Amino acid sequence: MQALVEKQRSQESVFDMSDPKEKTMAHTPIIEECPTLVLQGLSRHFGSCCSYCQDENAQLERNVCPRCGTVHALRNVSLELFPGEIVGIVGESGSGKSTLMQCLYFDQEASSGTLHLQSYDGGLHNAFELSSQERLRVRNTMLGMVYQNPYLGLRMDYSSLSNIAEQMISSGNRLVETMIGRGSSLLDEVNIPERRKTEAPRRFSGGMQQRVQIAKALSNNPPILLLDEVTTGLDLSVQANVLDLILRIRRDFRVSMLVVSHDLGVVRMLADRTLVMLDGQVIESGLTDQILEDPQHAYTQQLVYSLL
Amino acid sequence: MTKQYNFAFFDEASKREIRRAIIKGIAVPGYQVPFASREMPIGRGWGTGGLQITLAIIGKRDVLKVIDQGCDESVNAVNIKKLIHATTDVEITEETKRASIIQSRHRIPEHPLEENQIMVLQVPTPEPLRHFEPREAATRVLHAQADYTGAWLNLFDQIVCFGTTTTGADHPVKVNQRYVMAPSPIPRFDNLKLHQSPNLTLFGAGREKKIYAVPPYTTVEPLDFKDHPFAVEDFRGKQCTICGASGVYLDETVDEESGKTLYRCNDTAFCTQQAALKGLI
Ligand SMILES: Nc1ncnc2c1ncn2[C@@H]1O[C@H](COP(=O)(O)OP(=O)(O)OP(=O)(O)O)[C@@H](O)[C@H]1O
Ligand SMILES: [Mg+2]
Ligand SMILES: [Zn+2]
Repeated sequence: MQALVEKQRSQESVFDMSDPKEKTMAHTPIIEECPTLVLQGLSRHFGSCCSYCQDENAQLERNVCPRCGTVHALRNVSLELFPGEIVGIVGESGSGKSTLMQCLYFDQEASSGTLHLQSYDGGLHNAFELSSQERLRVRNTMLGMVYQNPYLGLRMDYSSLSNIAEQMISSGNRLVETMIGRGSSLLDEVNIPERRKTEAPRRFSGGMQQRVQIAKALSNNPPILLLDEVTTGLDLSVQANVLDLILRIRRDFRVSMLVVSHDLGVVRMLADRTLVMLDGQVIESGLTDQILEDPQHAYTQQLVYSLL
Repeated sequence: MTKQYNFAFFDEASKREIRRAIIKGIAVPGYQVPFASREMPIGRGWGTGGLQITLAIIGKRDVLKVIDQGCDESVNAVNIKKLIHATTDVEITEETKRASIIQSRHRIPEHPLEENQIMVLQVPTPEPLRHFEPREAATRVLHAQADYTGAWLNLFDQIVCFGTTTTGADHPVKVNQRYVMAPSPIPRFDNLKLHQSPNLTLFGAGREKKIYAVPPYTTVEPLDFKDHPFAVEDFRGKQCTICGASGVYLDETVDEESGKTLYRCNDTAFCTQQAALKGLI
């Protein structure tokens, strides 16, 4: 049964840019019973809150409390991610997309909320409450992250191979040759030429840096990838390459992904389902095609029509 | 001569504060203890960390040896010796065996140290994770969590870029199976002398305001990879042209006239003693 599902999936996720209709078909997600990631009620604020804005339904000025000035970057955000699924997150600048990704990657502390990871402990414990050492382990073995800003994701003064080896070293690998081998094949995967593998990414173009970040995120074969604006700021042709790469990764490694972008075109091409964020809240979610064809929320309508 | 300073330059309260840091360092082997590094009549970066330790622990009956780059007679060593002698009147020696305190910058003497001797090493960069993580607050957290990925990554990066980790001194070591420590710029050859040695070794970084220690008989292991094991500088088949010693750390020089490569002991005091023993000088 499992094998059948897998076969079906691998056929379905073959990426074909030629026919948009077929693409729509290919994007129909297969929902397996067990989500790989469940996030519930995530909030993240900067500031100490007051009695007014502690109420999660309190009216704010955008994401700022009018009484105490606390910034509510995320308010009560929930989402599920299934194996092999790509979920898109769209929203304007400041809507909380990067904050969401960084909370999921433990770069930032959640103010409240729960995170359950199937691959960690069968989803038993709230991962936000793990010790910092356990979080590091989860990060190293279950999550891969590509940052909006490559300077956050890469060590610019270490060779590309070293960048990729870092997580392997962190999870206890002490064999140089295996790590060079794995790093080298991942860099092949993202088309980094041989002679640049020992070079530091500081000297790379933006597109190359993003591709090294992707290779790095894949180093420990994580079941979940977090991609924050991977294509923003890249030339169109480079963008297409990176998007292609992401779809190939899903097909070859069956990874689940959260893909953040303020570009609906990117989300349209990648995501099975999409969440729309505004002022720290999820205002609409559903199948990507549905949201793009028939947006419900006034803000989403505005967003979609401006794209057309 | 009228003494213008307290014994050993510092006032007693300063010495006590430094000793307190030393004791804490001994209690937590390899852990960098912050201390209030003082202004010294020698520029920082010229061994003031080691000097402050020496001044804090020295007593009237101590015998002091100061080494700089394997040689007891270089300018820096001379200045440090002068300052300590002028403020303590202790006996100064070049003979390792006779010294109770040995302050050094780049070497641990060839002559094996004993329980009643203290080795004081001057440290320019005490933080083995500094290249990996520039923020002090962050490296402290990494030490607390025993997360030494950065130290391994530095070695890995050297292997990727140069094919070997055998490039430099100051090869990081794990002390007492807990803290990763910069052993100061001693050659890898001397790293092994730290392991289970009968003497106490103290490390002082004046500019970075840190003191740390390896107590006697402590496990000290150089970091390495399974397929790139730690290796010391290789002097096999070579010997000192002056005293004939082998199995010691040798300096390489080229003889101007013959163009031949010559080797001689880096530890000049050791070399002189060996040569005398063999009746060569
Ligand atoms: N350290 C901070 N202190 C105060 N406010 C912050 C902090 N970090 C982020 N914010 C605020 O949180 C909100 C969400 O920011 P975030 O970076 O997550 O937005 P984003 O959706 O990723 O935007 P963009 O599309 O520009 O990347 C913004 O209003 C931002 O100003
Ligand atoms: Mg962002
Ligand atoms: Zn408020």
